[in-house]
Amino acid sequence: MKLIFEEGAKGRRAYKIPPCDVPQKALSAILGKNNLRADAPALPECSEVDVVRHFTNLSQLNFALDTGFYPLGSCTMKYNPKINEDLSRLAGFCEMHPLQSEEDSQGAMQLYYELERSLSAIFGMSRFTLLPAAGAHGELCGMMIIAAYHRSRKDYARKTIIVPDSSHGTNPASASIAGFTVKTIKSGPDGLLDLNALKEALGPDTAGMMLTNPSTLGLFEKDIMKAADMVHKAGGLLYYDGANSNAILCKTTPSLMGFDVVHTNLHKTFSTPHGGGGPGSGPVGVVEKLVPFLPSPLIAYKNGKYVFEKENKLSIGKMRSFFGNFGVLVKAYAYILANGAEGLDEVSTAAVANANYLCRRLSKAFTLPYGDNRCMHEFVLSGQEIKDKYGVSTLDMAKRLIEMGYHPPTIYFPLIVHEAIMIEPCETESVATLKEFVDAMLTVAKEAKECPEKLHAAPQNKPVTRLDETLAARTPVVKAQ
Amino acid sequence: MSKVIDGLYYSKEHEWVKVEGNEALIGITDYAQDALGDLVYADCGTVGAAVSAGDAVAVLESVKAASDVYSPVSGTVTRINEELSDAPEKINADAFGNFLFAVELSDKSELDTLMDASAYEDFCKEEH
Repeated sequence: MKLIFEEGAKGRRAYKIPPCDVPQKALSAILGKNNLRADAPALPECSEVDVVRHFTNLSQLNFALDTGFYPLGSCTMKYNPKINEDLSRLAGFCEMHPLQSEEDSQGAMQLYYELERSLSAIFGMSRFTLLPAAGAHGELCGMMIIAAYHRSRKDYARKTIIVPDSSHGTNPASASIAGFTVKTIKSGPDGLLDLNALKEALGPDTAGMMLTNPSTLGLFEKDIMKAADMVHKAGGLLYYDGANSNAILCKTTPSLMGFDVVHTNLHKTFSTPHGGGGPGSGPVGVVEKLVPFLPSPLIAYKNGKYVFEKENKLSIGKMRSFFGNFGVLVKAYAYILANGAEGLDEVSTAAVANANYLCRRLSKAFTLPYGDNRCMHEFVLSGQEIKDKYGVSTLDMAKRLIEMGYHPPTIYFPLIVHEAIMIEPCETESVATLKEFVDAMLTVAKEAKECPEKLHAAPQNKPVTRLDETLAARTPVVKAQ
Repeated sequence: MSKVIDGLYYSKEHEWVKVEGNEALIGITDYAQDALGDLVYADCGTVGAAVSAGDAVAVLESVKAASDVYSPVSGTVTRINEELSDAPEKINADAFGNFLFAVELSDKSELDTLMDASAYEDFCKEEH
């Protein structure tokens, strides 16, 4: 496909301006000569239909949930009901100005207030801030709250955050940016948190631990209560990375597991688009003793009116301009109300059942290094055996899946599994879709043995074949000319 | 099977240590470069930094992942391999011929906690 810069023709325009009927003044006289550029910018010169066709064709090269199955592990790429989109586009929401008065914003404030209460109930937390603009932004917010908590107690020695080696890559990054030193602990042979390693890592410098439960391997940390107890006894706080909360909705809560701070990704669990369909939203919830540290604004309901609360002097301040990504909040609110507690419970049941169906059938053709044939909402296979036997890598198999019309699973993550293939089907797929996907995966495994060259050469039926990602990363070309 | 060289010390994090007098050159093993895949970025750390054994000193990024490289020994970083920032692929071509950083050893006895070539070879087989 051509670039938009290569479309159109010199002088072609999508508009026609009538002749000027008022006295004209030179631009330099208005802006000053030194504010004018010497040459006009090299913009595309296209008609309206050129532009529409270009971008429509471009969009059709994209793979999306609206076009096919997208089992991208760790990412919870579930289908987003279209009604959420309609609701977030209601004029009363999308045409609001963030500086409107409290009086003129009561409807939006009610939504904000009720979404906060809903999330607090779902996660068992006292309060939530809806400001963070993404998951990692929520992690940073949570880390800043933990830092502020220790500071407020003049407990200045607590500088270390513990993360297991199966954690999301953003965890250590967020802790570092918040000023902590990161200590990584190795998982046990079963892929779960190793309590002995945790015991060794804990000390008077421990500010807290970040944990995902279920973990990135799709396993439920069965020792979570013991771990929480150990972290608390050492004086630390426990942070819940809610990226995998799709597996536990209304089944259990981070609060029951002993967590003090949690973030959840509305753009994963609560069905607001994700992965280029953003923006995201990563609300952060806290237990009672951490409420004073939440960023502002928070909204209260007093005397029949929604009002902005006065900022607590212990608050970490602003985390984001105005109120966060409000449109995303509307979608999540709609999703939570449409499902209700029973519906959300079913969401997690189906998400876990779907993953187990795939896990059980695919572990016959691929290695399942952890989990004893069971998983939560996702699981991680290893392609190492196939690579050793037939010289076909996980990357080759992923590219073959593209030919077959699937978005490949996450590959080479988590790092503790060699040649990892991480699959998360989500609750929104039917058993028929899952069966077709199993057939495709089994075909790929068979081809790896019978015709490896076909997999090395994939994909053949797409606009581009195998891209040289090494060259692209080493010498990126990010400009049209 | 990836290459292992005699006469070097090896860590469980897949770093090699070559001792020259009181200085230790540190790089990643052939097994590590193979596991990481094509490297696209190398930050070999900061000269003058004081490090304890186990501290992250360098960062390598491949098409698959970004990874910290730890110093298996304590001391002060005396030099870094500046060539690698423009040509990280050299590590893929020859992992043992391209050190990342050098450390002036503050405690030579730490070397005893590391593996020799044959112990490391066994360790890799287990990891596999």
